[in-house]
Amino acid sequence: MSILIDRNSRVMTQGITGKTGQFHTRACRDYANGRRCFVAGVHPRRAGEDFEGIPIFASVKDAKLQTGATVSVIYVPPAGAAAAILEAVEADLDLVICITEGIPVRDMVRVRERMRAEQCRTRLVGPNCPGVITPDELKIGIMPGHIHNKGRVGVVSRSGTLTYEAVGQLTELGIGQSSAVGIGGDPVNGLKHIDVMQLFNDDPETDAVVMIGEIGGSDEEDAARWVKANMKKPVVGFIAGVTAPPGKRMGHAGAIISGGKGTAQEKLAVMEDCGITVTRNPADMGKVLRSVLR
Amino acid sequence: MKIHEYQGKELFRKYGVATPRGIPCFSVVQAVAAAGKLGGKAWVVKAQIHAGGRGKGGGVKVAKSLDEVRARAKDILGMRLVTHQTGPEGQTVRRVLIEEGADIATELYIGMVVDRGTQRVALMASAEGGMDIEAVAANHPEKIHTLVIDPVRGLGDAAAEDVALRIGIPAAAVPQARTLLQALYRCFDETDASLAEINPLIVTVDGRVVALDAKLNIDDNALFRHPEIVAMRDLDEEDPLEIEASKHDLSYISLDGEIGCMVNGAGLAMATMDTIKLFGGAPANFLDVGGGATTEKVTAAFKIMLSNPKVKAILVNIFGGIMQCDTIAEGVVAAAREVKLAVPLVVRMKGTNEDLGKKILKDSGLPIIAADNMGDAAKKVVAALKVAASNKKVKTQAKKKAPAKKRIAPNKKAARKRGAAPKKSAPAKNKTAAKRKPVAKKSRAKKPLRKAKPAPRRAAGKKK
Repeated sequence: MSILIDRNSRVMTQGITGKTGQFHTRACRDYANGRRCFVAGVHPRRAGEDFEGIPIFASVKDAKLQTGATVSVIYVPPAGAAAAILEAVEADLDLVICITEGIPVRDMVRVRERMRAEQCRTRLVGPNCPGVITPDELKIGIMPGHIHNKGRVGVVSRSGTLTYEAVGQLTELGIGQSSAVGIGGDPVNGLKHIDVMQLFNDDPETDAVVMIGEIGGSDEEDAARWVKANMKKPVVGFIAGVTAPPGKRMGHAGAIISGGKGTAQEKLAVMEDCGITVTRNPADMGKVLRSVLR
Repeated sequence: MKIHEYQGKELFRKYGVATPRGIPCFSVVQAVAAAGKLGGKAWVVKAQIHAGGRGKGGGVKVAKSLDEVRARAKDILGMRLVTHQTGPEGQTVRRVLIEEGADIATELYIGMVVDRGTQRVALMASAEGGMDIEAVAANHPEKIHTLVIDPVRGLGDAAAEDVALRIGIPAAAVPQARTLLQALYRCFDETDASLAEINPLIVTVDGRVVALDAKLNIDDNALFRHPEIVAMRDLDEEDPLEIEASKHDLSYISLDGEIGCMVNGAGLAMATMDTIKLFGGAPANFLDVGGGATTEKVTAAFKIMLSNPKVKAILVNIFGGIMQCDTIAEGVVAAAREVKLAVPLVVRMKGTNEDLGKKILKDSGLPIIAADNMGDAAKKVVAALKVAASNKKVKTQAKKKAPAKKRIAPNKKAARKRGAAPKKSAPAKNKTAAKRKPVAKKSRAKKPLRKAKPAPRRAAGKKK
């Protein structure tokens, strides 16, 4: 097992005609079971065409109906990305992974409101995220597949390359991963640390979790409190941005300390309090994880 | 993106948020004329800079005659206004807002932000206006009333009136306050604001509800659909290095340390800064080169880092996932050659074609220090910084005699920055700072920074 995706997932790409969408769809198709799993693309005016053998449909609904795909990955540019998410949600997909960076926050506020109002069961990962990978089974997103190894440690993070860093360290120590999930760096997004933590807790093939956060908001604290009350597996944590000054946005739209809230120190302290083994040295994430594995 | 108070008020008025009448001015003559045009017996001369805390810093003054307007405008225009948000070097005041005076009965606070927890816009209101609201939030959280707004229904009449009553607005003025709050929410929503603040919102002696201040930040991701707000951008208020970086699609923020860092990805960049700190160094900047670290981008990044006079060493940390390490290595070598790099450079690369990348660095003949992991890289760059500092004396003497001049003369802005830098770093830095200074001057500021001034003037001129 694993979380969110595996070899049986059937995936469509929204934004398959763009350069980014094509580049990454190709890379995902060439990883593990990708050729079997990537079954459709969506473009309103290019139905009937194909991308290197992957058929293109006019809508998410059509693609689902014709191929049975229940997962979508979105590379649509920012101005149209929120509409793309809503289309996937309306088609009642299981999972939508939105890679697009730079979606206006107001658009995401409306997307999330619709998802709540309609009590939809679709899970959203992202936006502004690297995607999800279950090593040796399926990669959906822009992460480098080759650094991953199949195994029993879950990874969840707001940041892309920092996720790769953690995965790289684990792989180097011979510790494989069950799934790695990038939840994205935007202030208003889909799954949060706490949601992914629940999934890892319920996954019989995950033994421990690396949770990586960054400054801004209080998602990491929420997840830490949940861990204290419910988690049956060891968790290792790191928070990026100890050196970040307040009021400066560090790249990610969500990575900003405002009103004295969301500092790395505060997050680390809460996590430690909740029984998470934290490290202040990001070069040691792998080693610390190894130390908590029995 | 941040905008000035007077620009925020222009937007406020468009949506029906009541504000005092006022005119933005760029000179003393304009200021006096503006006061005359506004009429009345008292005016407020308000410095227009993006930082908060202007009143405490001496940037807001009341004038009771046109002569006083002239005197106050003269004091404020061109002053270096230092507030808790500007840092010790302050910010030069280039614009003032001349506003009609108001008879204040009560000062209140109103704020709006996107709340991450509820994923909706939150309205915060307090009877404790005019004060440092962060202190109120920390010490008396019960004095701040928060209302989460449903994005579909908007801010309803009953909810808005309830907030008005809670912060002590007199019954007679509640309908006005309701209108103002609803207008503010529409303004926040339709301009894609990320933050709106009125501090203080006042009730005047004659019972009017007026926004005496206006702070409005706009979501950068949404600027593509607000050209009228983009035109309000004032580049004088931004760090010239950050402006230059944004032209190359680099995400850069100046910090106070001595170690420049270039990293791909925001999270990894922050983590790299943290690691430098952990091993006793201090990062000079945040710099995310993003996904495609081409030679061109890396060169631009190097130039930007090196135009910061404080940078004494550079750490490059790249996790080459999709991007290949050999490509990155070629970019780093080309960039180091082009800028004739004179400070120690530590490179840590990870990912595809790692070995090939390391070979390219080694074969370049450049004094590049290779590192295996982030911790190792941070240790090495901190050590290199120390060695460089102790070698400095010798080098400095040698360099004094060398006639070779730097490529391009720095323009005024860079010069100004340079002048300000030693002042800023002097108290915080260690004993070696004095020794390093001469060399530092030499190796930096080769980069001509674009003068930003004409553009905002034009934009502001148009507005009037």
